[in-house]
Amino acid sequence: MEIIMAIKQLSVFVENIEGSLATITDALAEENIDIRAMCVADTQEFGIVRMIVDDAPSAKQKLADKNLFLSVTEVVGVAVDDEPGGLAKAVRLLADNGINLDYMYAFISVSKKYAYVVLRVDDNDAAEKLLSSKGFKIMTDDDVKKM
Amino acid sequence: MENYFQKDIETMPVEKIKEMQAEKLVNIVKYVYDNVEYYRDKMNEKGVTPDDIKGLEDLHKLPFLSKADLREGYPYGLLATDLKNCVRIHSTSGTTGKRVVAFYTQHDIDIWNEMCARAIVAAGGTDEDVVQVCYGYGLFTGGAGLDGGSHKVGCLTLPMSSGNTERQIMFMNDLGATIICCTPSYAAYIGETLKEMGYKPEDNKLKAGIFGAEAWTEEMRRDIEKALGIKAYDIYGLTETCGPGVAFECSEQTGMHINEDHFIAEIIDPDTGEVLPEGSKGELVFTALDKEAFPLLRYRTRDICVLTREKCSCGRTFIKMCKPMGRSDDMMIIRGVNVFPSQIEAVLLNEGYAPNYQIMVDRVNNSDTLDVYVEAKEGDFSDKVKDMAEKEKALAGAIKAMLGINPKVHLVAPKSIQRSEGKAVRVIDKRKRLGINV
Repeated sequence: MEIIMAIKQLSVFVENIEGSLATITDALAEENIDIRAMCVADTQEFGIVRMIVDDAPSAKQKLADKNLFLSVTEVVGVAVDDEPGGLAKAVRLLADNGINLDYMYAFISVSKKYAYVVLRVDDNDAAEKLLSSKGFKIMTDDDVKKM
Repeated sequence: MENYFQKDIETMPVEKIKEMQAEKLVNIVKYVYDNVEYYRDKMNEKGVTPDDIKGLEDLHKLPFLSKADLREGYPYGLLATDLKNCVRIHSTSGTTGKRVVAFYTQHDIDIWNEMCARAIVAAGGTDEDVVQVCYGYGLFTGGAGLDGGSHKVGCLTLPMSSGNTERQIMFMNDLGATIICCTPSYAAYIGETLKEMGYKPEDNKLKAGIFGAEAWTEEMRRDIEKALGIKAYDIYGLTETCGPGVAFECSEQTGMHINEDHFIAEIIDPDTGEVLPEGSKGELVFTALDKEAFPLLRYRTRDICVLTREKCSCGRTFIKMCKPMGRSDDMMIIRGVNVFPSQIEAVLLNEGYAPNYQIMVDRVNNSDTLDVYVEAKEGDFSDKVKDMAEKEKALAGAIKAMLGINPKVHLVAPKSIQRSEGKAVRVIDKRKRLGINV
């Protein structure tokens, strides 16, 4: 049986208007949602806030209630050694195997031994199989919850 | 079977209509010459007297009236009768400049209401219908016109006026409204709100809608029909000519029949003023044949459209006007190209976007810029910047194919563009602030 390991990422569209980001963070605070990882992509016109939270379904509901424009995508969460070259090993592995990386960002550090990163790739399954076959630990939604 | 409010008039043979128009024209020209100094001066200036107008073939000899004339004559300059004979005024929204005030005698109002009644009956209305009027009531002619028409037909009239959409929906459901009258943009908004509140199009009793007062496209018609589960009919009119009801759509939905017993319609070249043959595209000009308080001879509407007298399956013989392609003062000249907001709207609807948009025109480094703000499709948001940029590019490409000039498209969040309960403000032309004549 295949175990689905990909974790859920919330992406929210933010217009380039004062206070847009605060609307999101306030809503999550109200709902007692913990942000585990976050990255903001900005263009001249708009931004996209991407987040991994401890309770994605509740966060999604809350943000949708605030009329925010959002989507949920699956991304790969992976633990790399928290030392120089730790991330390089994982990224090199993907590159050598032709897996395209759209973007990545890091979790707020919770362990001394590992650093956790979010990878957005074109093929989650392939990336997960490849990384776990080389001994990388792949995160699940459950892991995110327990962090 | 087609229903008529006044069958004898609505299906009158064309020669009879022309005879009637000729007779009325001769009389009204004399009436205006005798009673409206402003127009008499215009006629004298052109060397035309009432004796020169013997029939329809002489119409072209009369000078035009423009909105600028009406503004210049504000408030009483175009009034043809004593104020004691007038019972009401209405006024334009003033979106394109200083307001115009129009006066009505009781007879003027009766005729106007009859024309609106024809529109309601053509849309399938009878005295068993419940008509929800959510055009604004007040100075705007929309509310009063359809309200009056609904009374003439004997419908139960819900004088809602515009706004308070949830209350509109509550009354619509609880009182079983069957016909709704408002601006098309407000109809689209009501449809959106119904969906948001969890209603399906078949949950209401509406069968028809009569929508006017702003330019809208066939694509928007289809969207509204789907969202409300109705047949959507167009209606046309201007405050200057009395209000909605000057022309109305029948079941064929291929243009609006002009009430020719009360108006003569012409199409002219907007640049030269030359009268164009039937079937040509040009500016619509109206001559009112029965107006007592605020008569208009050869009034230039600034609406660009086409007239046709092809036989209509509904049996009406009145000439038909197509949906105005845009008001000549809505037309923008951007980088030398004529652009109507309705063209951009048609592209958006074709590409599956909601008809909620804003057009911003500006001039940067002596070059015109066209920015179109469009609401992204519900559920069509990607976490990748690249994907969103591609959607914008695709839409810009479609608009370019239509207009011939490249716009910059900005996707914004669904429901973030302000909704209108009356006439939607679609265009912001910042070039005007620079004193550029556009």
